[in-house]
Amino acid sequence: MKEQDKPLLTIEGLHTCFHTLDGIVNAVDGVDMVVYRGETLGLVGESGCGKSVTALSVLRLLACPPAEIQGAIHFQGVDLLGLDREGIRRIRGNAISMIFQEPMTSLNPVLTIGEQIAESVRLHQNLSGKEAWRWAETMLEMVQIPGPKQRAKDYPHKLSGGMRQRAMIAMALSCNPQLIFADEPTTALDVTIQAQILNLMQDLKQEFHTSIVLITHDLGVIAEMASRVIVMYAGQVVEEAPVRELFKNPRHPYTQGLLGSVPVIGKKAKMGRRLQEIPGVVPGPLETPGGCRFHPRCPKVADLCRREAPLETVLGEHRRVRCWLAA
Amino acid sequence: MFQYVIKRLVFTIPVLIGISLLLFFMLRMLPGDPAQVLAGQMATPEEVENIRRQLGLDRPIHVQYAVFFSRLVQFDLGRSARTQNPVTREIWARLPNTVLLAVVAITLACLFGIPAGIVSAVRPYTWMDYLVTSAALFGISMPVFWLGLMLVVVFSILLQWLPAGGTGSWKHVILPSVTLASFVIAFIARMTRSTMMEVLSQDYTTTARSKGLKEEVVIVKHALKNALIPIITVVGLQFGLLLGGAVLTETVFAWPGLGRLIVDSILARDYPMIQGAILVFGLLYIFVNLVTDLLYACVDPRIRYD
Ligand SMILES: Nc1ncnc2c1ncn2[C@@H]1O[C@H](COP(=O)(O)OP(=O)(O)OP(=O)(O)O)[C@@H](O)[C@H]1O
Ligand SMILES: [Mg+2]
Repeated sequence: MKEQDKPLLTIEGLHTCFHTLDGIVNAVDGVDMVVYRGETLGLVGESGCGKSVTALSVLRLLACPPAEIQGAIHFQGVDLLGLDREGIRRIRGNAISMIFQEPMTSLNPVLTIGEQIAESVRLHQNLSGKEAWRWAETMLEMVQIPGPKQRAKDYPHKLSGGMRQRAMIAMALSCNPQLIFADEPTTALDVTIQAQILNLMQDLKQEFHTSIVLITHDLGVIAEMASRVIVMYAGQVVEEAPVRELFKNPRHPYTQGLLGSVPVIGKKAKMGRRLQEIPGVVPGPLETPGGCRFHPRCPKVADLCRREAPLETVLGEHRRVRCWLAA
Repeated sequence: MFQYVIKRLVFTIPVLIGISLLLFFMLRMLPGDPAQVLAGQMATPEEVENIRRQLGLDRPIHVQYAVFFSRLVQFDLGRSARTQNPVTREIWARLPNTVLLAVVAITLACLFGIPAGIVSAVRPYTWMDYLVTSAALFGISMPVFWLGLMLVVVFSILLQWLPAGGTGSWKHVILPSVTLASFVIAFIARMTRSTMMEVLSQDYTTTARSKGLKEEVVIVKHALKNALIPIITVVGLQFGLLLGGAVLTETVFAWPGLGRLIVDSILARDYPMIQGAILVFGLLYIFVNLVTDLLYACVDPRIRYD
């Protein structure tokens, strides 16, 4: 087995629920996935389908209670859910790090950019204050922030959204992690800046040999970046496929809807369509429909779909779909 | 920064003039005649008239203000109508007591209120949180004079550890400052709790945790520093109020501070004394506000004074 083929992260039967005043919210309901070394895995789905909660569950960044995480998450053979607080803390920011959606609110307004990068390096790499600061400057240079020495001393409010997201990427990469969860890293940015940030991530990924789990709504971004895609709906995985497969031959009606029914390969403009083509809205986590969760919105709904929830059908390696039509 | 401070200090002059004007005319609209109060119930009309002339109260009101103002610019606040002592001397005699009490009380309040608020924000809905929030509710709703009296009963009368009133040693400071601090502790604890809860739910707190920082570092370095801005505001305001004197506490503990001086002077319609004391209070308040504003800039890099 090549090093490349060894799974870096495996998630099996992940259930994450929130105990709220309105009842139990099953945000993630039985998710399985594998992330390999050096790959970019796309995670797509409409708002509220549990993408962020999946990522936050891996690093156990959800407050428990109200959250409750069940299942098995293994990172390089280490059971992340079994680690004590100190153990998971050593993984966070070091072996696995995160990039968040909102560069405006994800950086601490009262600490300098340099300090926010340097502090995790000091912590995880045991560098001295000076060395860590110099490393922070190097990282800022690496993410192509002009005048990195000066910028390191600046506070976040002096930087534009794109700059902040670069700083956020510098922060996430600073300890040379094996895996990065990028939770809609470009959603909040202008289109031109988006492209720059995505290119930057692509380059740095090559350089650092990092795996990326790229969470997004945007199929254009997926087509650009990912090698394999997982589609989520209402807390479950509904389809998984290599990226070309998915665009060529989507099997789940939801994926087909996302792709705008007629997938056109090689024409990125068409793929970039946003997720507005499916009638209806994602059911709230408290009103999950019986049977197949997608059936009220499905154009191909059959009687069976209303009565019974479909199981996953494995169609090949990394090719599975949760739909009666494919079974 | 330096220029800003100078500018602010210069601005206090018109503010003080405004205070003096308002104060001067409002006082004279109060019902009651200072000459009559001073002369007593049994005085003849001539005696009252005599005292009125001595105090200069027979002259037109704008002339009275002109006299008051021309003395004010020479730092002369006149003489107390009641005791005949110079107002500045009377205030100087009381001011250190008031400042001492206020400083000790606000220090206690920060020392206990802020950590208590942090603990209950970090562990919400646990027994520690319930302990803090109910103690804070108690502290806020308890009448000061009742708490003061209870402390006297327990620590002075029953245990005989501390004096029941007066000044002279550090032991005298304890009961009045604890009494005074109880409300402020409660107030600051509640404020700290709600601000910290808010800050801890912000995105940058999750970012800090996602970097693998120790929880103490997340709380103190990342969260508390953000929460300090509203906390400083509250501490500044409360400190300003404490400097104005704490009438009830001073009364319960026979503490010779500014609060009782002002109340006694108002009862006696001792115009020069009231004017002097309130002007000093205004000056202190402006100063505390300035320091508060400067502290903001130390904590929050988004605030710049230049
Ligand atoms: N702390 C929480 N308490 C209760 N419910 C929560 C909490 N966090 C998330 N949820 C619920 O879990 C579900 C999944 O949320 P999640 O943030 O993972 O969605 P998402 O796929 O990331 O959506 P988006 O694209 O909008 O980011 C949502 O329905 C949300 O309401
Ligand atoms: Mg999300």
